[in-house]
Amino acid sequence: MKNEWPLWEIFIRGQHGMSHRHVGSLHAPDAEMAIKNARDVYTRRNEGVSIWVVEANHISASSPSDKGPLYEPSESKVYRHPTFFDIPEEVGAM
Amino acid sequence: MYAQMIKSEATQDDPEKLAAFQARIDAGEKIEPKDWMPEGYRKTLIRQIGQHAHSEIVGQLPEGNWITRAPTLERKAILLAKVQDEAGHGLYLYCAAETLGVSRDEITEMLLDGRMKYSSIFNYPTLNWADIGAVGWLVDGAAIMNQVPLQRTSFGPYSRAMIRICKEESFHQRQGYDAIRKMAEGTPEQKKMAQDALNRLWYPSLMMFGPSDKDSVHSAQSMAWKIKMNTNDELRQKFVDQTVPQAEYLGLTIPDPDLKWNEERGHYDYTDPDWSEFFEVIKGNGPCNVDRLAARNKAWDDGAWVRDGLLAHAKKKATRQHAAE
Ligand SMILES: [Fe+2]
Ligand SMILES: [Fe+2]
Repeated sequence: MKNEWPLWEIFIRGQHGMSHRHVGSLHAPDAEMAIKNARDVYTRRNEGVSIWVVEANHISASSPSDKGPLYEPSESKVYRHPTFFDIPEEVGAM
Repeated sequence: MYAQMIKSEATQDDPEKLAAFQARIDAGEKIEPKDWMPEGYRKTLIRQIGQHAHSEIVGQLPEGNWITRAPTLERKAILLAKVQDEAGHGLYLYCAAETLGVSRDEITEMLLDGRMKYSSIFNYPTLNWADIGAVGWLVDGAAIMNQVPLQRTSFGPYSRAMIRICKEESFHQRQGYDAIRKMAEGTPEQKKMAQDALNRLWYPSLMMFGPSDKDSVHSAQSMAWKIKMNTNDELRQKFVDQTVPQAEYLGLTIPDPDLKWNEERGHYDYTDPDWSEFFEVIKGNGPCNVDRLAARNKAWDDGAWVRDGLLAHAKKKATRQHAAE
């Protein structure tokens, strides 16, 4: 790689979106151009009202092989969900 | 298709890992860039996604050719938006390929020096405005046929790129059909142009799906990996069945005297394209191969100072900011 523009990950918040969502990536020389390019590439049809750009090499990700140790513990903790508990009908909404 | 004749790479990996990988694919799981994958899967995908991306980019040339000469301001704005979408499609796909460990510059250079291909269809010229209508109708129509099932492909980034692309393609085909319909319903001269465009682009469109199944030797591995979802002939048949009634509505005739409905099969019988022409185009001997590659090389070379200049500016700005902190 000689003089390649860095890769940026693009996050967009939609009109009624609650949070920014990852939509893809693109190359740009700096953050300002990354936002301009993201506008052209990822919001041509009103997909968003806010753009975040992060240089890809600043993102750390969990490793796929850690899937087990990371997420299995939560599988056995059904009591974390409200539906685990029976509430008598007489008590009303809760 | 946009990716034609992709050879699947032989794989020499640990059989146990291979079996586990295949089991994940069979179970409908998505493979993500950091997951273990066979070398052959990775290499085949780079070639396939790369060829697909190159097709989106080179495909802008025959249509871009008519932007300044569109018959009305509205048609011009529509064509401009369509061609801009294709640039986006190229970008989505290049990014998907990059997750497999190839850099953007590398993959671009492989197109520019002919190591990688793009779809044969873009080596045909667009001679007049009717061709632009026919391209949207037939070429984007054929592309959709292939891209819709690829939304379910096993490689996550490829699948996500396909989903985005498919959302935008329907506009492309409809604007093309609308443009050619205007001509088919226009003056006798306009109708003649529409028919002429169909005559020239019909067989090249059928070629987009790649060689006939009996000559397409690399399908089995790619289908097992779910990076090819249907055989070439399956998709070609689907395209013919879908397009014939659309042509009939326009009062245009498909340039195939042997085309007829086969009650028993429930499909149209049709004539295959001239495969020797297809292989010539693939080899570089189509009407526009030289022009297309020259245009891409010129754009890359002429843009070098812009790419370098903007990067130098960004670096200088970052250093200054550092010094000020
Ligand atoms: Fe496209
Ligand atoms: Fe398209």
